[in-house]
Amino acid sequence: MYPIILLSFLGVVTLFLGFSKSKNILLPATLLFLIIALASNFIEWNKGPLLYFYDMLRVDNVTLAFNGIILLSAFMIVAISGGFQDNADSEPAEYYGLMLFSLVGAIMMVGFEHLIMLFIGVEILSVAMYILTGSNKRNLRSNEAALKYFLMGAFATGFMLFGMTLLYGATGSFKLAQIQGFASNIPAGTQSYILYAGLLLLLIGMLFKVSAAPFHFWTPDVYEGAPTIFTTFMSTVVKTAGFAALFRLLSSSFSNIYGFWWIVIAAIAVLTLLVGNIGATSQNSFKRMLAYSGISHAGYLLIALTALTKPSQNAIIFYSLAYSLSTISAFGVLMLVSKEKTIEGQPNERYEAFNGLAKQNPLLAFVLAVSMLSLAGIPLTAGFWGKFFIFTSAAERGIIWITVIAVLMSTVGIYYYFRVIISSYLKEGDLIKIRVAPFYQVILVLATFLTILFGLAPGIFEGFM
Amino acid sequence: MLTLLLILLPIAAGVITLLSGDRLAKQVALLGGLVSLGVAVTAWMQFDPAAGSQFGFKYAWVASGGISFAAGIDGISMVLVLLTTFLTPLIILSAFKHEYKNSATFYSLILFMESALIGVFTATDAFLFYLFFEAALIPVYFLAAVWGGENRLKVTLKFFIYTIFGSLFMMVALVYLYYQTPGTHSSEITAFYQLQLSPMVQGFIFWAFFIAFAIKMPLFPFHTWQPDTYTESPTPATMLLSGIMLKMGVYGLIRFLLPIVPEGMETWGMMAMILSVIGIIYGSIIAIQQSDMKRLIAYSSFAHVGLMAAGVFSSSLNGLQGALIQMLAHGINVIGLFFIIDIIYSRTKTRYLDQLGGISQSTPHLSVYFMVLLLGSVALPLTNGFVGEFLLLSSVFQYDGWLGAIAGLTIILGSVYMLRLFQKSMFGPKSKWVEGFQDLTASERAVLLPLIIMVFWIGIYPSTFLKLTEPAVSQLLQLVNN
Repeated sequence: MYPIILLSFLGVVTLFLGFSKSKNILLPATLLFLIIALASNFIEWNKGPLLYFYDMLRVDNVTLAFNGIILLSAFMIVAISGGFQDNADSEPAEYYGLMLFSLVGAIMMVGFEHLIMLFIGVEILSVAMYILTGSNKRNLRSNEAALKYFLMGAFATGFMLFGMTLLYGATGSFKLAQIQGFASNIPAGTQSYILYAGLLLLLIGMLFKVSAAPFHFWTPDVYEGAPTIFTTFMSTVVKTAGFAALFRLLSSSFSNIYGFWWIVIAAIAVLTLLVGNIGATSQNSFKRMLAYSGISHAGYLLIALTALTKPSQNAIIFYSLAYSLSTISAFGVLMLVSKEKTIEGQPNERYEAFNGLAKQNPLLAFVLAVSMLSLAGIPLTAGFWGKFFIFTSAAERGIIWITVIAVLMSTVGIYYYFRVIISSYLKEGDLIKIRVAPFYQVILVLATFLTILFGLAPGIFEGFM
Repeated sequence: MLTLLLILLPIAAGVITLLSGDRLAKQVALLGGLVSLGVAVTAWMQFDPAAGSQFGFKYAWVASGGISFAAGIDGISMVLVLLTTFLTPLIILSAFKHEYKNSATFYSLILFMESALIGVFTATDAFLFYLFFEAALIPVYFLAAVWGGENRLKVTLKFFIYTIFGSLFMMVALVYLYYQTPGTHSSEITAFYQLQLSPMVQGFIFWAFFIAFAIKMPLFPFHTWQPDTYTESPTPATMLLSGIMLKMGVYGLIRFLLPIVPEGMETWGMMAMILSVIGIIYGSIIAIQQSDMKRLIAYSSFAHVGLMAAGVFSSSLNGLQGALIQMLAHGINVIGLFFIIDIIYSRTKTRYLDQLGGISQSTPHLSVYFMVLLLGSVALPLTNGFVGEFLLLSSVFQYDGWLGAIAGLTIILGSVYMLRLFQKSMFGPKSKWVEGFQDLTASERAVLLPLIIMVFWIGIYPSTFLKLTEPAVSQLLQLVNN
């Protein structure tokens, strides 16, 4: 609750800071704002479920945990953004302002109790993303990506709204509790087709946002076209918020018609895993590979949704955290490396750019290797436990077959994640020593440290929950 | 607590090695390996075979996943812990004559590997076992991929994906079993032993485990990663892979497959047995045709491990005891042989039998050590290979006479390829590659001598080790037969 108010206000402050002569103040100020937001988030820890805004927004430990992940990711991403000083066209105040605003949307998605809140949250987040995607004005690729994202996103919004309308028609309310009341009182032997149709349409809209197949077509292009720093933001913050929202929606309103929707989500999970993993194998660009890998991770998270057991919730939280940390490290290293090498004036984002990284930059290579191992789900990294918790939640529900498919797909994953490790450790290259700003280094080390810490002792996290 | 010490010591030694820098790395690593051996021997001295799992400890680790950090040592574990701690210092010592770049990393990886292996052999929690089982892959992957031969990138990636692929199925099986345990679930291996599973489920679990372990060992037809990986890896990594790591698979069969799915064994055991026997013959025949010495030993290793698996699948006392003692013997022989091949290769720069010959003319010591290890491998009576092979073959014979007869061919085929190896490299006219071949140096002898002593110790007085494992094995078989 506090972060919403604070971030809305501080976002405006950031815009005003943009009028000052010195642009150098923006980055530290934004970091400070995010720390304030992060701290304020935990004021309500253990205060039990609280409802705000005429019961339209909910705050409990689960939503606070998701908010924490979102704000922490945002903090780390802003910290490695470097102030956008190397590009004369950039408008740092606007970027930071938009990022702060978009976080308001993300937090609304996490804690919504009312479908309108969900809609507003999704739109606040998305509109900010459309703009940030196209922020590299002179780059055609970026412009194209923004347009594509916007058009596809607008379509998805349409589906979502239509779905909500139908749900309202069926249940007479936008409130999750009342929808749940309706859904659990459907007389035996009858079906409420309007409710079902509404749910499906709403799901389509949401699944688009988390880039699940077959609604993923925008992902690789948009991820590739957007400036890397915003790609990172998109693939961590947006995904975490999206899954938090999906989990809330399904667990609180529709858990009683589980029998209806679980097979839909299961089918989409399988399709997403296939598309993400197989798509990633054939990429030559590391950035595109990460886009496909983002799709595949949506697949794993969907398995936790399919199971919808008590552990699922913790699994999603843990997985989002592990995935965000690794993704930030991976993109962070990519930004440094791709700047060193260019093809036709654009940063080189291909695998070859990493050749020989370990020799001159052992720290960067290690950070990259740990993040890849974690994304691949190798033991003793946080990513392993993320997958493990998801698989156990599915097993508890008795859905073993989906786990088997996920296992097969994880093996495919090793192939493309290891390509980067092979490039950086085992191939010769002419990369020179890359200068890494101290603060940047701290963030990378922190992400790596947490990945390993949660890998060795996932129990720490559990005690926290 | 001794178990915890055994697991943590190599990690600590590895970290110290890493910190001590390239110049001191060798010595520090060797010292670390020797200290671990000392602890293992201390544990052995205090060990009471009849008392079941000892030196145990247990910490809750991930409460909601039901995972605890629990390990202990029973007779079966003891033998393998001894093997691991005995071989690791020798492997480190054998690497001394090479100048590996970044040697601190190199040696610390060997020690990390040791820790993971001891973890695998002592874990009493199924998920902990799984963690170590996977974690053991990472050091050996980097050892092979960074310091390996020309094709290392492709080969090691294949190896990694292949073995992870297998073990992930095991994870699914473990998670399933975990949820079958009554009450508040438990992932202790002994809790899995109590489960009453329906025959169909047992079938699935059987295959999940079988594939995981068969890939690791490897068994026919899951072996395709093995010869390439063995050939491309630097010799110390090959030694780790063949000497110790493949035992993880056999150990898994004994610890998990037999006791958890006895009915699955009844239904599918014959099939697994046939695959194992095919592996024995197939591996031997290919070994006969190899010219690259490292490949030859790789295929011979593949054949030997088939026999161990066949013994386990016979689920008899002789079979299991044979498999365990053969694990010891095979570890010792194969490490010795790889070391000798490495010596020959580092002096002649070739591993091809066609290019070698006449080495024995100038190398009395090398020839004798080589011959003893070979004969151990061929299973001559009074050498270590004989005990295991005898027990194994008799168990296979009891299981099925025909299979036993076919598997018995391994003795003949084994002699063919092993003696061919010796004859082609050591006898005959001296080839131009072996001009000026020096006999063993002192440090090389320091590696080989302990191995030779073990060859005879196990060969002449195997009951030292058989007595160690017997109570644990009979207990396990009681479970299977109930």
